Amino acid sequence: MAEVTAPAKPAGAARTSKAHPLWNTFFRRLGFGVITLFCVSILVFAATQVLPGNAASAVLQNTATPQRLHALELQMHLNRPAVEQYWTWLTGLLTGNPGTSLVSGASVSSLVGGRVVNTAVLVLLAGVIGTLIGVALGMLAAARRDSWLDHVLSVTALAVTALPEFVVAMALVIFFAAVIWHLFPAVSVFPPGVAPWSDPTLLVLPVATLVIVIVPYTFRMMRAAMIDALESDYVEMATLKGLSRRRVLFFHALPNAIAPTIQVIGLNFLYLAGGVVVVEYVFNYPGLGQGLVNAVSDRDIPVIQFIVILLAAFYVVVNIATDMVSLAASPRRRLPRS
Amino acid sequence: MASTAALEVLQSAGRRRARRREWVAVLGRAVRTPRGAIGLGIVGAVVLIAAIGPALAPYPADNFVTRPFANPSLSFPLGGDTLGRDVLSRTLDGGWQLLLMAAVATLLGVGVGAAWGVTAAYSGGRWDTVLMRAVDIVLAFPQLVFALLLVSILGPKIWLIVLAVAISHAPQVARVTRAAALDICERDYVRAAQIIGMPARKVMRREVLPNLTSVLMVELGLRLTYSILVIAGLSFLGFGLQPPTPSWGYMINENRIGLVANPWGVLAPVLLIAALTIGTNTLTDAVARASLGVGRGADDALLPGITAAGAVS
Repeated sequence: MAEVTAPAKPAGAARTSKAHPLWNTFFRRLGFGVITLFCVSILVFAATQVLPGNAASAVLQNTATPQRLHALELQMHLNRPAVEQYWTWLTGLLTGNPGTSLVSGASVSSLVGGRVVNTAVLVLLAGVIGTLIGVALGMLAAARRDSWLDHVLSVTALAVTALPEFVVAMALVIFFAAVIWHLFPAVSVFPPGVAPWSDPTLLVLPVATLVIVIVPYTFRMMRAAMIDALESDYVEMATLKGLSRRRVLFFHALPNAIAPTIQVIGLNFLYLAGGVVVVEYVFNYPGLGQGLVNAVSDRDIPVIQFIVILLAAFYVVVNIATDMVSLAASPRRRLPRS
Repeated sequence: MASTAALEVLQSAGRRRARRREWVAVLGRAVRTPRGAIGLGIVGAVVLIAAIGPALAPYPADNFVTRPFANPSLSFPLGGDTLGRDVLSRTLDGGWQLLLMAAVATLLGVGVGAAWGVTAAYSGGRWDTVLMRAVDIVLAFPQLVFALLLVSILGPKIWLIVLAVAISHAPQVARVTRAAALDICERDYVRAAQIIGMPARKVMRREVLPNLTSVLMVELGLRLTYSILVIAGLSFLGFGLQPPTPSWGYMINENRIGLVANPWGVLAPVLLIAALTIGTNTLTDAVARASLGVGRGADDALLPGITAAGAVS
């Protein structure tokens, strides 16, 4: 009996793994992502419920009269039970109707829509440029390990990693916009509806700030991964075969150093989601981050909720994408453990 | 009877001494490296300025004593700020709250996070899953955004900012601590302690936690740097200490319109914040190297994952 059932097991295992194992991981991660976002939405909604008094009086503050308070309570559905309020909000969110701004009365999606594009441009440009520079410098430092160049780059990276965005931004403004040279505008204001790439000089300083903040981290990871790869047996083998240094670096070491670096690229994009807040504010760049800061100043709760949910969704998506790409890039971890 | 009691006292005293010796030793090793010495020197200098600055300030920080954005002069070495207050006085007076808030937020965040991580690792099974899923939810926000969310609800209160920063640290510390503790919870001495019937809380505190000393030291340094970044960032955005109280973050914001007339209003706080975070990060890097025993070669491979793991936040 036992002998009969025993061979059946591997066959069953083979059948379930016929769908590529990556897909299983993907769907599991996606499921967790959806659950996480659901919990985030509860948290974001609950946050407005713990207000002393209620959201309406917080918005109106000193201008609260009983009539205005009552009108606003009706507008915000505050007279209904919390669960019903949450349901209204959540279904609105999912059907593309995240409510109306308490300050301007415009719909939240129209206020936020253009900003999403502007921020996406900023994040993509900074992410791509920063990653390329970081990877290139990391390879350079690893290839010339312990040279003066390596030491200078490593120490600089250590120092710059720790700098807050607004410090980097102010330094750039001092050098390139206001005090020493006057090459670029110190603020990047442009009206809604205008594409941010219509005047590239407006993008230079915000993108440069973000690039400077993310390069050191990418550099350190890339340098470490590359040193690891360069010390491996197969690289030694390739060198002993008499391959050129360049070929060894790019075709033998680099592909093996990429997997850990993909994690870093993911982390960079995650970081950028928070980093844009301060940078957009410094340069008056009309993106999500500036929108969030303005909304927090005005206590415009529907706008705050929507932007926070958007950023959280971005976080979850980037996390999943990073894991999947780095799984796909490292065959050893991709195979089922058998 | 008496002798066993005495023995226990001796043992616990010895253990305490050993524990103290470990972190002192790591710190000592770190400070003797060039990086550690430089880091400690910078941090010490900035802390000194922030701590004794208020006593040295030549003018009250809130008084209008000169023209707005006045140039530096003998009586006003760093000139005037946006409202004609003395930049030097405000700089000397504007750092101690930032340092205090960052220190409290860090201790709180690392403390809660470490307890969280060790509990998850030690309990295992369903508790582990629940505790770590909760971590994922808080980790779905950028740190600054999380703090902004809380501030938008209750207003810019000092305790709220400290709490928000601490809460956003805890999950990340929990992750790191759990990963390190998983291995230790499997060790024989932990098993032995369980078998002789030691209560779980005591096992965690006396057998597991002391073995995480170096991990937690690195976390403390890292989180301190991030606390300073986030708190100064909030302050820069206008959600920290409220004016007219001087704070380095907000000074940069309020004086940047006069950058051309008197750059010192921006430059002084920018330089101090930069020095502070560079200092804490360099010191942390040295501690990480000392506690891991790397760095004697110049082997960086282990470090980035540790010293930069929180860069996301």
